[in-house]
Amino acid sequence: MSFFIRELITMLILVFFDVPVFAMSAGIGDLSFAVRFPLLFRVQLGEVMNSTSTQFVSSRRMGMYDPIHQMGMWEENFKPNANPNAPAALIIPVHASLDNQSEDTSHGSLDTPGKYEQGTSKPSDKVQRRLAQNREAARKSRLRKKAYVQQLEASRLKLMQLEQELERARQQGLYTGAGVDSAYPGYGGSLNAGIVAFDMEYGHWIDEQNRQICELRAALNAHRSDVELRILVESGMNHYSQLFRMKAAASKADVFYVMSGMWRTPSERFFLWIGGFRPSELLKLDPLTEQQWAFVCNLKQACQQAEDALKQGLDKLQHTLAEAVASGHLGEGNYIPQVAAAMEKLEALVSFVNQADHLRQETLLQMSHNLTTRQAARGLLALGEYFQRLRALSSLWATRPREPA
Amino acid sequence: MDKVTRYASEQGVVIFSKSSCCLCYTVTILFRDLGVQPRVYEIDHDPECREIEKALVRLGCSAPVPAVFIGGKLVGSTNEVMSLHLSGSLVPLIRPYQAQPSAI
Repeated sequence: MSFFIRELITMLILVFFDVPVFAMSAGIGDLSFAVRFPLLFRVQLGEVMNSTSTQFVSSRRMGMYDPIHQMGMWEENFKPNANPNAPAALIIPVHASLDNQSEDTSHGSLDTPGKYEQGTSKPSDKVQRRLAQNREAARKSRLRKKAYVQQLEASRLKLMQLEQELERARQQGLYTGAGVDSAYPGYGGSLNAGIVAFDMEYGHWIDEQNRQICELRAALNAHRSDVELRILVESGMNHYSQLFRMKAAASKADVFYVMSGMWRTPSERFFLWIGGFRPSELLKLDPLTEQQWAFVCNLKQACQQAEDALKQGLDKLQHTLAEAVASGHLGEGNYIPQVAAAMEKLEALVSFVNQADHLRQETLLQMSHNLTTRQAARGLLALGEYFQRLRALSSLWATRPREPA
Repeated sequence: MDKVTRYASEQGVVIFSKSSCCLCYTVTILFRDLGVQPRVYEIDHDPECREIEKALVRLGCSAPVPAVFIGGKLVGSTNEVMSLHLSGSLVPLIRPYQAQPSAI
């Protein structure tokens, strides 16, 4: 509603300050303005029509083609009626200034714009200057209108797209067994905006991932050059970085959601390790040389040591959390202080999920830096396809024939 | 801060920690798995806890705890330690201080 009021006020100001009327059409750009303000335009048109008959726009301000055509369009769709019940506050100012304008002019036609009240037939310098200004302003108005319409079109497409994605995310949520609005009573019916956004972004991420895997597979099969493969490897690495950034934001919004793995498919969830895949799983490679075999072995061992340490830290967190929740006398019925104390411990969970993602990222980085480009590409492809297979397994599982109840 | 540099040099591997910090525990476990006995200072039991925190951050540690020093030099917090380990650079750093040979 405030948008309409803003538009209206803008229009009123423009009219008041003697700005060429066609400027009013700028930023409005379509018939919907007249739809929203039929009263205004009826009066406006009516006023002008009363004063000038058929060429209803004949003030020196309105001697321009474009706004006249626009007004023509509007008139075709909205027959001017006098509406005595129109809100006076809105209508009167426009009424008044248009009155002034139409008084100023003679009954000009489109062909003779800019006639003065003095009735001179030869346009003076001042008039010429004004004409040039008006032409320029009209041009700008046309450009603005064009830009506005393009913006509207883009927004409309975006809105359709978002609606589709929301529907898809909702369906995917149902399919994976949960969504933000179903299986978690803790959400209390209100959607966590950060999580909804994450779900949608993750959907996009998967689509892009599938596309990149195809491209990688095609490039390897076609024996593309190392330079081209390197580009694909870098894109793949950046894509994973993007996922970790998304997860960091989602963890801040709701760390339990990320840790639950509800944003992934069921079979992936089965293998979940602190909110994602186990870093050492990355190392499903067939290195060609002995040197690389040693490197991969060392990396795998370091990875597993880091994983063990992190898991033990998480176990300790779980233990201290349980202690905090169970402290005091269980059975007393008043447990607000214990629950409040436990809340503080939960913050630490975010740092664990972040650290697990850090391990994943570092493992990927080490792999990418210490193997040949071709091997790194093959490694990324293997990893990507592995998760594709897991997701396919989930699909198959979801659609398996079941015994009728 | 004097206290920090003093504590940091007291042993080969020194970890500034807090008793409630489970990531600190993670880092301690990692060093133990690598055959090192780190010296762990729980700064929340120190009356000058706030100053120590500030000093650690000023020295360049991304988080006040855990703050890991090897051979008196600041290595960093959890992120830095993990990165070093995965890149294979952590073990050479702690080799002089390993009580028993690590599995690597």
